[in-house]
Amino acid sequence: MSLFNAKIQDVFNEPACQKNQGKDAKARNKGCSKPLTPGAAAGGCAFDGAKIVLQPITDVAHLIHAPLACEGNSWDNRGTASSGPTLWRTSFTTDLTELDVVMGQGERKLFKAIREIKEAYAPPAIFVYSACVTALIGDDIEAVCKRAAEKFGLPVVPVNAPGLVGSKNLGNKLAGEALLDHVIGTVEPDDAGPYDINILGEFNLSGEFWLVKPLLDRLGIRVRASIPGDARYLDVASAHRARATMMVCSTALINLARKMEERWDIPLFEGSFYGITDTSEALRQIAGLLVKKGADPELLDRTETLIAEEEAIGWKKLEAYRRRLQGKRVLLNTGGVKSWSVVHALMEIGIEIVGTSVKKSTVEDKERLKQILKDENHMFESLAPRELYAMLSEHKADIMLSGGRTQFIALKAKIPWLDINQERQHPYAGYDGMVELVRQIDLAIHNPIWCQVREPAPWDCQPAVKDELPSTKSETATVHAFKKFAGTTADDFGEC
Amino acid sequence: MVRILSQTKSAAVNPLKSSQPLGAAFAFLGVDGAMPLFHGSQGCTSFALVLFVRHFKETIPLQTTAMDEVATILGGADHLEQAILNLKTRTKPKLIGVCTTALVETRGEDSASHITNIKLKRAEELAGTEVVLANTPDFDGAIEEGWAKAVTAMIEGITRPGEQARQLKKIAILPGWNLTVADIEHLREMVESFGLKPVILPDVSGSLDGTVPDRWVPTTYGGTSVEDIRELGTAVQCIVIGEHMRHPAEVLQRLTGVTYVLFQSLTGLKGVDRFVSLLSAISGAAVPAGVRRRRAQLQDALLDGHFHFGGKKIAIAAEPDQLYQLATFFIGMGSEIAAAVTTTGTSKILEKVPAESVQVGDLGDLEGLAASADLLVTHSHGRQAAERLGIPLMRVGFPVFDRLGSQHKLTILYQGTRDLIFEVANIFQANQHAPTPEALDPFRKREMPDELRSSPLARH
Repeated sequence: MSLFNAKIQDVFNEPACQKNQGKDAKARNKGCSKPLTPGAAAGGCAFDGAKIVLQPITDVAHLIHAPLACEGNSWDNRGTASSGPTLWRTSFTTDLTELDVVMGQGERKLFKAIREIKEAYAPPAIFVYSACVTALIGDDIEAVCKRAAEKFGLPVVPVNAPGLVGSKNLGNKLAGEALLDHVIGTVEPDDAGPYDINILGEFNLSGEFWLVKPLLDRLGIRVRASIPGDARYLDVASAHRARATMMVCSTALINLARKMEERWDIPLFEGSFYGITDTSEALRQIAGLLVKKGADPELLDRTETLIAEEEAIGWKKLEAYRRRLQGKRVLLNTGGVKSWSVVHALMEIGIEIVGTSVKKSTVEDKERLKQILKDENHMFESLAPRELYAMLSEHKADIMLSGGRTQFIALKAKIPWLDINQERQHPYAGYDGMVELVRQIDLAIHNPIWCQVREPAPWDCQPAVKDELPSTKSETATVHAFKKFAGTTADDFGEC
Repeated sequence: MVRILSQTKSAAVNPLKSSQPLGAAFAFLGVDGAMPLFHGSQGCTSFALVLFVRHFKETIPLQTTAMDEVATILGGADHLEQAILNLKTRTKPKLIGVCTTALVETRGEDSASHITNIKLKRAEELAGTEVVLANTPDFDGAIEEGWAKAVTAMIEGITRPGEQARQLKKIAILPGWNLTVADIEHLREMVESFGLKPVILPDVSGSLDGTVPDRWVPTTYGGTSVEDIRELGTAVQCIVIGEHMRHPAEVLQRLTGVTYVLFQSLTGLKGVDRFVSLLSAISGAAVPAGVRRRRAQLQDALLDGHFHFGGKKIAIAAEPDQLYQLATFFIGMGSEIAAAVTTTGTSKILEKVPAESVQVGDLGDLEGLAASADLLVTHSHGRQAAERLGIPLMRVGFPVFDRLGSQHKLTILYQGTRDLIFEVANIFQANQHAPTPEALDPFRKREMPDELRSSPLARH
């Protein structure tokens, strides 16, 4: 375990991490994991994090060496999309039984499982994930993977991130380490060129990267490897020959990006494809880094031309929503604002941000927020479900944008909600994605169900209706009253 | 007799199982004011929670003792105690249902004595909250086992033991996990229509039926009350649905003397007839007109529906009792079971499954066995197999995350059987292939092996 602990320490010491930069040496040594409160904890484990980062590699067989729950309760649950292979959606687990655990048959079972997968599916690589129980009983997955790789002649990659070592975020980073140790740089591409880039931390949720890729294609920029969204094993293995790296989700794979810069001199920048200006800025930076690394400088001009065209179209499309969304209040509850330009674009068309969580935000993020929000009180570390519910049921926001975890808090408070995390159904990246996000906000806020669900039942608190109930004395009055009710059709609901 | 084939593969492909602690938590969720607590790492809880939410589309109360590396090495008693106390202060539950996981069970935690100690030491703070324990390692069993263990734990921990004065109209009902919210609601109405008072444990119809409360409730709202669990011993009779509920029923009988009658399935005309006759016998009341009417409707559904079932090959993957429930239903309609896959080989009910063999395994096994089937029957994860095989999928059990309203689907008693017939017949009608000259050409079919059962003329 000591080597493994050193790895965890190393990941925690990530010098490029902005949060880390703000710490003194002593605080840095402590690492990032905050002790969880038993009975009041939420969120995934390190294994979860590792799987999230690696599983979207579409042609790899992902084998989870664990008792059932780790994989059985969690497979096929993320909306990343593949343009080809579907093997990543097939779930493989050693499903350890009591007998396996007691008799110490874990390693043997794992070896056999690798053989079965190799024979039945012939994948370009197999990734093997450890979990709490297999770590606890001391199964040496590194050794098994090494032996299996030799025996079966294919890469078998150990991903050592058992759940008990920490949070999802730590797992993300350990997955990056696994790629560095075992995958990236193992294959030399025969087609490397000056316009090759890597994109790290892009998951292709709902296929949204396909809203961006055509922009890059137009500029003649090739994505050598997108890690992990819609990736192929060979692309990842040869990712070290890219000329520039764009890091999309910084908290997940910053260690990977920085070490690739160290090892292979691939310059990196952190950017985002969420929002109009961020998308433009990302394209600009990509072009800039490529030119620095030897691409033809005319790329810069072409990029600016494309940006100008696409921005104009994007803003024009967004402008159409101003009339409908001006003054609407959005509560962002995402654990950390992932893109400033989403906030920027929303505000640009007159939407108000009435609150945002800053749990995962850096010091710099918070500064930017202060300027945008004007009222610091609208920043919160994290809201307990009860407080969030209270805030929403008092109608302090017109819509909440968040992840699935808090979905039903909004819905039970009868407040519109839009999923902006991994389970979401809509692509939000790029210029068109921003328009789609605003369109979805519009659809959610203006759905006619809201005034239906918010109205109490007529017999509960509408004394007026009670008074109008037909009196038994007069038959005509009865007929009249019924007619009145009969007139209440669904159309009326739309107006309230 | 049916052959039960054990798993020989090392790599499970596309798991059929959900984990045992999830099953236990599911049962605790059927109790009013409950808070299930997983004793394990935070991921165990997070995965189960997400799966529950995907299925029910509800907030699900479920917490974790958040075992980390240090606790795993030094022992989890402190984490367990802290979690229980935190839950008590923050959510004021009436019941905390502790479900252990593979992590603490592999470690060899003596959670039972830890809980006894915690209850002793913290008696004052924990007043008004029951704490019960289900030992549910993930490396064993699946939902059935977890569910049954949780119900057993509640009876052992909460029900007042000893022979008690019986209330003549009171019936204790212990339903298996495979009954939906709609099933439980319908079951209650049926029993009440005989003038009887059912106490159902667990009662997910009160807690997971998708209502909108007017305030924020951190625990379950609705379900069996702890008080009702305590008073189970005053029932005149216990009715049990599903073989996996036999053990909790036996424990209830041992503790309180309340005898039980077990129904392995309440789907299908004959089983329901037996159930209705029993209610009539217990209550001394005649079968109400409404129930007779439902029976007549089912008779008609059998008549209208059987055309669509005859000769069809059905591939089912489900936990043992649900497998039995569905397999007997399909056989009763004239279909045959082409493949039967289940989660565990230990259930007694498997011997009665009307299939040549039952494979203990996963959806990979189902896909392999179902190539010639007309219909796949399993939970939502079967969607990929169905797509690859080009066979329609009927979604049953847990999890169903890509269709709405599975908890409101009726599957038992006359009405539920009727609904199932319609659902299946409609799936077949929606997937009908138009006749083509090629498919009917007598010369084309010559080289095919002569399978009596699969008529080349069948156009499903």
